[in-house]
Amino acid sequence: MSNQSELAQLASVFAGSALSNRNMVINGGMTVAQRSSSVASQTSTNGYTTCDRWHLQMNSSGTFTVSQSTTAPEGFANSFKIDCTTADASPDYLILSYRFEGQDLQRIKKGTASAESLTLSFWVRSSKTGTYQVNLQDIDNTRNIGATYTISSADTWEYKTVTFAGDTTGSLDNDNANSLNVEWWLASGTTFNSGAVPTSWEAKSNADRAAGLDVAIGASISDDFYITGVQLEIGDTSTPFEHIPYSDQLARCQRYFYQLVDGANQSMGTGGYYASTLFILGVDHPVPMRAKPTASITSGSSYYRIWRNSTSEYCSLSTATHHSNSTTDHSIFDMTGDISGPVGYFGRMLSNSSSANVYLDAEL
Amino acid sequence: MNINSAQYHSDYEGVNSSIVAIIDGQRLSIPLDPANRHYSEIMRQVEAGTLTIQEAE
Repeated sequence: MSNQSELAQLASVFAGSALSNRNMVINGGMTVAQRSSSVASQTSTNGYTTCDRWHLQMNSSGTFTVSQSTTAPEGFANSFKIDCTTADASPDYLILSYRFEGQDLQRIKKGTASAESLTLSFWVRSSKTGTYQVNLQDIDNTRNIGATYTISSADTWEYKTVTFAGDTTGSLDNDNANSLNVEWWLASGTTFNSGAVPTSWEAKSNADRAAGLDVAIGASISDDFYITGVQLEIGDTSTPFEHIPYSDQLARCQRYFYQLVDGANQSMGTGGYYASTLFILGVDHPVPMRAKPTASITSGSSYYRIWRNSTSEYCSLSTATHHSNSTTDHSIFDMTGDISGPVGYFGRMLSNSSSANVYLDAEL
Repeated sequence: MNINSAQYHSDYEGVNSSIVAIIDGQRLSIPLDPANRHYSEIMRQVEAGTLTIQEAE
């Protein structure tokens, strides 16, 4: 094929989109996992576990180990893996989802006469063959559309692509709140599968959300499910996965989650003693976060220490909190819990235990 | 999101500055910001009558 004809094809595919930043999904290659690379014993999860930005929701569907796997198709380093460790033959729901901010989706022109179709592509692998369902869920207008895909060969990577029609009803809010989800159904009970697959946009019906799903990951202890290379783009044609540098991917993820400390001997920043029992620590976020974040500080005896005036003070931070003057780009921690230092002194805080863990969460 | 407890936290200036909650077994310091998912879920449960936020000590 000549360069000229390749360029002509590019022009055709990208007529309504762009050559870069086509993929609206962050961390679709599952390369970033700030929280953990593996968590076991998941039974009633409703949140984020391993790979950044990937939300897992389950209830009465078995017990699972969730991990950032190094099993991946050619050209990828990682995948998101769900592995059953205790089976449940009568599941309620098991859903993997990705959540978008409305302000990042204005280009799809939802709710207008020019609403764009969207194409979702991904690599998937499972021990269980059969028909699965994936949906777009409009949170702002309580609408959804779905499609099915088939895993034909067990334990084999397969590339799937699904195109969803544009929706001329219901615009998405232009703000930092959750407006749209992509949800992959992996197991469901009758509450979610007694209807019909919503192949065109409709008012949300729970009975339709998994109507096309004819398998249940978690019905057998041998069940597993892998996914990677997830891309959602404008148009009715899937294009090759848009790989971006790890540093860029991490920065995009840090808008939603920032792991400040995970383990021993990690610098947290500098601060000073406002009172003998209160050390105030300031931390700049690497990127502005989506909203004011929730702070988590795992406490324990001597989990942290403060270097100050030629000595080291060990503390638990058992009652530490995040100050209200914290913003989306800067955190102020009121560090309390076994602290006793000289008022007015400067100090440097760091972790002192492999169990020390501090993070900021502004996820959707 | 399993919220075991929630209590307003008063900072050293005496202002209710955050909510300290135990969520899924983890102690979290949550800003009073409707855009924060933990805060919005706490307020949803408060409005539903299934959760009470304790006053600051």
